[in-house]
Amino acid sequence: MSIGHALLGLLEGGPRHGYDLKRAYDERFGHDRPLHYGQVYSTLSRLLKNGLVTEAGVEAGDGPERKRYAITDAGVTDVERWLATPEKPEPYLQNTLYAKVVLALLSGRSATEVLDTQRAAHLTTMRELTRRKTDGDLADQLICDFALFHLEADLRWLELTAARVDQLAVEVTR
Amino acid sequence: MTLLRAEGLAKSFGKTHALDDAGITIRAGEVVAVMGPSGSGKSTLLHCLAGILPPDSGTVHYRDRELTSMNDSARSELRRTEFGFVFQFGQLVPELTCLENVALPLRLSGMKRKDAERAARDWLGRLEVDGVADQRPGETSGGQGQRVAVARALVTGPKVIFADEPTGALDSLNGERVMHLLTTAARETGAAVVLVTHEPRVAAYSDREVVVRDGRSRDVEFAR
Repeated sequence: MSIGHALLGLLEGGPRHGYDLKRAYDERFGHDRPLHYGQVYSTLSRLLKNGLVTEAGVEAGDGPERKRYAITDAGVTDVERWLATPEKPEPYLQNTLYAKVVLALLSGRSATEVLDTQRAAHLTTMRELTRRKTDGDLADQLICDFALFHLEADLRWLELTAARVDQLAVEVTR
Repeated sequence: MTLLRAEGLAKSFGKTHALDDAGITIRAGEVVAVMGPSGSGKSTLLHCLAGILPPDSGTVHYRDRELTSMNDSARSELRRTEFGFVFQFGQLVPELTCLENVALPLRLSGMKRKDAERAARDWLGRLEVDGVADQRPGETSGGQGQRVAVARALVTGPKVIFADEPTGALDSLNGERVMHLLTTAARETGAAVVLVTHEPRVAAYSDREVVVRDGRSRDVEFAR
């Protein structure tokens, strides 16, 4: 997730100060991983340096003064480009899991155990997401479905690897 | 409380060993997913657990009764009164309306038509398919048909529901709706569900999973 682009997208609705942006981000995208204040301010200062946002006055309040930020034309163009570019299909966990399976086989440990443990962890997360989806609104359902389909892909890979573990053992220990 | 317990099950079809020392334990009210690749023996395990197929060796206990030593009529009586079944397709009687299909298990147990159909209508409502009560199964969509099948499995108040790939013929959205309604209804009535599936997203509706591979089951919880 590109935090910079997400913040820029949120600023398209109008100028906001850092705390307000963090709250908006967390509410929409940060269910599992809310932003740290440090992340917000370091991202904003980078966007400012790159001319994608500009300072739009200072809001006086009870506490310290709060700078408001507005998106620039360059910022809007940047958001448009980001939205139009597909995400790279990332190999998610496979590299780490593959390494674990191979290392288990090389060291004479049970690779099936590694895969079963991972499967149980995946299914536990999938159960939590399924429960959250059942109790949630449409936005929750769509967010959970995205995660569920990705976890399912990992699980299918785990299954396929489990079915080929004997074959793999021969190859890696050759 | 343990409801079903299978130990040392073996079953062969000709030279094919479908089950080889398989075991599983099902407790009252839990939803257990039986997972594994095609041909791993998971459906055979379900059929042995439900008393549909006799194993070549090994035992299945339902509460304190040993299914494997019962005669055919005692086993089919047990299936009718204590168990409910949902399969992938082809389980509804095409000549009967959906309402009559759901009422059928109650009629077979001797219940009067009026009472059986009242109970059936109630279950069709709970599965949100009361609208197809007077239609024949062939006139409903796949998702509606499976919900009718779930209603029929639940109408007798079974203690265990055996579901073999219940969403196998449905798209994601309809499959998930069926799973949600099936597991919600089972939890409300306290029925255990033995759910055979190779789909992880379907298995995610369970409380725990048992993996079958090469005819052997790995009941992770009880192996610890």
